[in-house]
Amino acid sequence: MPTIYIDNKPYEVKAGKNLLETCLTLGLDLPYFCWHPALGSVGACRQCAITLFKDKEDTQGRIVMSCMEPVKEGACISVSNATAKAFRGQVIEWLMTNHPHDCPVCDEGGCCHLQDMTVMTGHNYRRYQYKKRTYLNQYLGPLLNHEMNRCIQCYRCVRFYKDYAGGEDLNVFAAHHHVYFGREKDGILQSPFSGNLVEVCPTGVFTDKTLKQHYTRKWDLTAAPSVCQHCSLGCNTTAGERYGKIRSITNRYNGAVNGYFLCDRGRFGYEFVNDENRITQPLIRNRVPEAVDEQSLMDHLKLLLTQSRTLIGIGSSRASVESNFALRQLVGSENFYQGVSLDEAALGKLIASILQSGAVHTPSLKEMEQADAVLVLGEDIWNTAPIMALSVRQAVMNSAAANALQQTSIAGWHDAAVRELVQDNKGFLANAGLTASPLDDISTCTLHATPHDIAVMGFAIAHAIHPGLPEVPQLNNELAAKAAQIAKALQQAKRPLIISGPSCYNEAMIKAAFDIAGALNTGERKAMLSYVLPACNSMTLAMMQAPSFEKSIDRINDNTVVIILEQDLYRSIPPAKANAFFNRCKNLIVLDSLHNGTTEKAQVLIPAATMAEADGTLINNEGRAQRYYQVFVPTTGMVKESWKWFWQMRSLQTSSGNGLELHPNDWLTKLEKTLPQFNGISRVSYPPEFRIHGQAIPREPHRYSGRTAMLANLAVSEPKPLQDNDSPLSFTMEGYPNRPPASLIPFFWAPGWNSIQSVNKYQQETGGALSGGDPGIRLLEQKTGTPTAYFTDIPEALPAPRNKWLLLPAYHIFGSDELSAYSAAIRELCPEPYIGLSTQDTAELGITDGKNITLVAEGEEYTYPLKIQEHLCNGIVLLPAGLPGMPALTWGSWATIAPSLKNNAV
Amino acid sequence: MISHIRTMWLVFLHLFHKKATIQYPEEKIRLRPRYKGRIVLTKDPDGGERCVGCYLCAAACPVDCIALQATEDEHGRRYPEFFRINFSRCIFCGYCEEACPTYAIQLIPDFEMAEFKRQNLVFEKEDLLIDSQGKYPGYNFYKAAGVNIGVKEKGAGDQEERPVDIHDLLP
Repeated sequence: MPTIYIDNKPYEVKAGKNLLETCLTLGLDLPYFCWHPALGSVGACRQCAITLFKDKEDTQGRIVMSCMEPVKEGACISVSNATAKAFRGQVIEWLMTNHPHDCPVCDEGGCCHLQDMTVMTGHNYRRYQYKKRTYLNQYLGPLLNHEMNRCIQCYRCVRFYKDYAGGEDLNVFAAHHHVYFGREKDGILQSPFSGNLVEVCPTGVFTDKTLKQHYTRKWDLTAAPSVCQHCSLGCNTTAGERYGKIRSITNRYNGAVNGYFLCDRGRFGYEFVNDENRITQPLIRNRVPEAVDEQSLMDHLKLLLTQSRTLIGIGSSRASVESNFALRQLVGSENFYQGVSLDEAALGKLIASILQSGAVHTPSLKEMEQADAVLVLGEDIWNTAPIMALSVRQAVMNSAAANALQQTSIAGWHDAAVRELVQDNKGFLANAGLTASPLDDISTCTLHATPHDIAVMGFAIAHAIHPGLPEVPQLNNELAAKAAQIAKALQQAKRPLIISGPSCYNEAMIKAAFDIAGALNTGERKAMLSYVLPACNSMTLAMMQAPSFEKSIDRINDNTVVIILEQDLYRSIPPAKANAFFNRCKNLIVLDSLHNGTTEKAQVLIPAATMAEADGTLINNEGRAQRYYQVFVPTTGMVKESWKWFWQMRSLQTSSGNGLELHPNDWLTKLEKTLPQFNGISRVSYPPEFRIHGQAIPREPHRYSGRTAMLANLAVSEPKPLQDNDSPLSFTMEGYPNRPPASLIPFFWAPGWNSIQSVNKYQQETGGALSGGDPGIRLLEQKTGTPTAYFTDIPEALPAPRNKWLLLPAYHIFGSDELSAYSAAIRELCPEPYIGLSTQDTAELGITDGKNITLVAEGEEYTYPLKIQEHLCNGIVLLPAGLPGMPALTWGSWATIAPSLKNNAV
Repeated sequence: MISHIRTMWLVFLHLFHKKATIQYPEEKIRLRPRYKGRIVLTKDPDGGERCVGCYLCAAACPVDCIALQATEDEHGRRYPEFFRINFSRCIFCGYCEEACPTYAIQLIPDFEMAEFKRQNLVFEKEDLLIDSQGKYPGYNFYKAAGVNIGVKEKGAGDQEERPVDIHDLLP
């Protein structure tokens, strides 16, 4: 490790870094704008100037940009040198000449990097007497607000949007001091990662439009560490609350999972918590009044639960581990099901058993970024796991950069130079899917085929890598050629990554992905295998081996009590089947947070807490258990975590109501004992009695305002501060004032660093893991070097039934997820329902684009407009999955199509 | 001993001094305009609400007795949806006035706000808002700010150039 001298003090630092990163890692305050740990250095803003001396005797030195200067053994630099300080002060003064007098009405104020850096350099009075430059703004869609006057031309937005995330519709226009960052014309930003501009932009040019509806400063938010609920990746978020409403979601850095970025579904999909449709009171149907208090509810439940009836519990893939396990304990393991269709449950079980076998390594998102060849087998990750798509993009870009850098001595953080060197080269990505995906633009090999063909190609790849595996009979030439190409590229890689998932409802595809990864896993080649799952906690239910609730139907009679946990069964099976199920349920207890079709059928409806009002644990697709913490206590109604309700029910059953409460950690300890596959999960969080120097960790910043006035309209005497018995966090601003352990960081803040850029004060090294290790406990680790058994059951090519189409879901980042679609902004971006067919199929059917057509699947008719999918293969019909108001379909079944006779008069 | 006598002598001399005590409330004291008494919210010269809901007063308040919620009208003009001061907690330090970037919140020379019920000391926006510019006439924040919220067009401010034409290539 080289030694450098900063202001005459020696420091041991890491080689290969630049001086800015190094100074920040050492905890020094050095202002910067254009540099971002994930984007690298371009040396554009001239803000991070330091003085570099020739040697120890040199007193003059010269000014250099620390972000462009590599660490060299024995280098002498000065951060606090008067010349460098004056230089930085002048730079910021120039930047501020055109900055508008907007801070009071700017949403960035209070978490603004420009404010922080201006204060840090000491520039406080405006000397410039002349006029300010102004710009006209653009409409950028429902998610982001544009206020171009505030721009300081650091170029971070386009570097993130174009270079990092691959967006094409945000760019820089005009010249000299007129440069303009925006779209070619007004319109909705197309990239699903556009929300990150809010955090990437060091000032208030791009701000969160949903936050604007109920604006609160960062210092006024009661915040807690949370985990995103909108897909299976489990990105870490910070949820902020004020006046009983969730106000914003910001990224919570986790070096192993989401890093610095979130997708728009995760960032803007929080408003279901504040929805009018929330269930806040327990209801007992068919009595007057239906809304009851807790005592009457318990009396009623006591009757229901104790008369020696059979209990059937239906677990939920969007409820926490604790809630699902508490339900399982309440009803008994043999009566515990999950609320997904038979097919989906089988696929989940298969994926969990593959990953639990420990034969291959399942990577974190960070590890995926290091992959040097990627194969996506049939999963539309752009829509089902957007941040994974972003990681795959980084893998492709990083491996191209790594190749290019082999010939030169340029450091990898030299962003502009590396891009110049790489040009349009890409690392290897093979993307096999049903239809076109934005990932196709960066993939070397693209395949649009039926799930069967994709799976068969997968087996062919596995065979090409490991000749011991069975050969695919009668493989067509196109697939054979692609398989050979992909197999070759994967074999040349050191860290190949295979991605698949259940969204094609094809078991063979999942097996083929495993075979490929297993076959690649030899010697120094470390293959990675990642499966996407349908929901944020699908992994838990898959690991619990819960069967589909469709299997419970025959067991239900008048004497059974069915308990449904936090889910709408109408989203997993078609309405007719669901109705048949509900008709059998005479005693139905539903716990949920929002009214939906299932809650309407409930005899007893119990208000369950959402992620913002609950403590709980989720297990993401890599088997990483992560705790999310309660953000606030709702003041109205009787909203409680489901696991608390189940514990109360259990006390009723056993009549042991001794008032003892179980905390999330107690549930997890019990879970470990009951189901050994969850071993280690109880280490996911600190016990509720954890204190640092006797102090809890405050959810509120020390500048939190309005304590004695917020509730003064109700009663002028302030209520007692709320207690949190389930976590080491407190609901007040009092507590441990310094950096808490990594899994308990309620918000990022450091003295002088109010913006989210303060995360560098929480990391071991800039851009690395959080101090004390990244949060989360991995439950699925690789145990053996190579698999002992492969799947050899290659599916036979079955001829498609005549005039029938395979019905498959098309996922949409905005719309396919249940909870995020409650946000008005996300709903605006949801597509309209449609029926997607290939160009050739459409021509043969003789129907035109946009006309209504009718699809018949399993005896049910669905009429929607036709949307021709240019890249879709023949024989498949796509319908958007899970759109609000659209019924569930029997995915993977055969459907017939007819031009609709109705509504075609247009 | 000498000290005691001196003290008594000084007290005796006070009989002949001008009286500092006034007969309040019959006689009112004259307070300077900058006296820090009751808090009000003022309006700008054009009659619009000056408060832009920036939360700086609330953050500056050492007893945290100010709570508000910002909202926007159809032009994007930000104003407080509610603005509440709990005067039973207020210490009249004037930090809120110092923090206010728009001269909206001002402390005025009025201290007569005694109440029998503490609850009556909770003032809402309708109790605080006055139809006056207070101590700082002539200032309209939205004329100085860069945003266009219906008060002035982009580039129409005194200190602003016309908006950049991004298609213009002239130097």
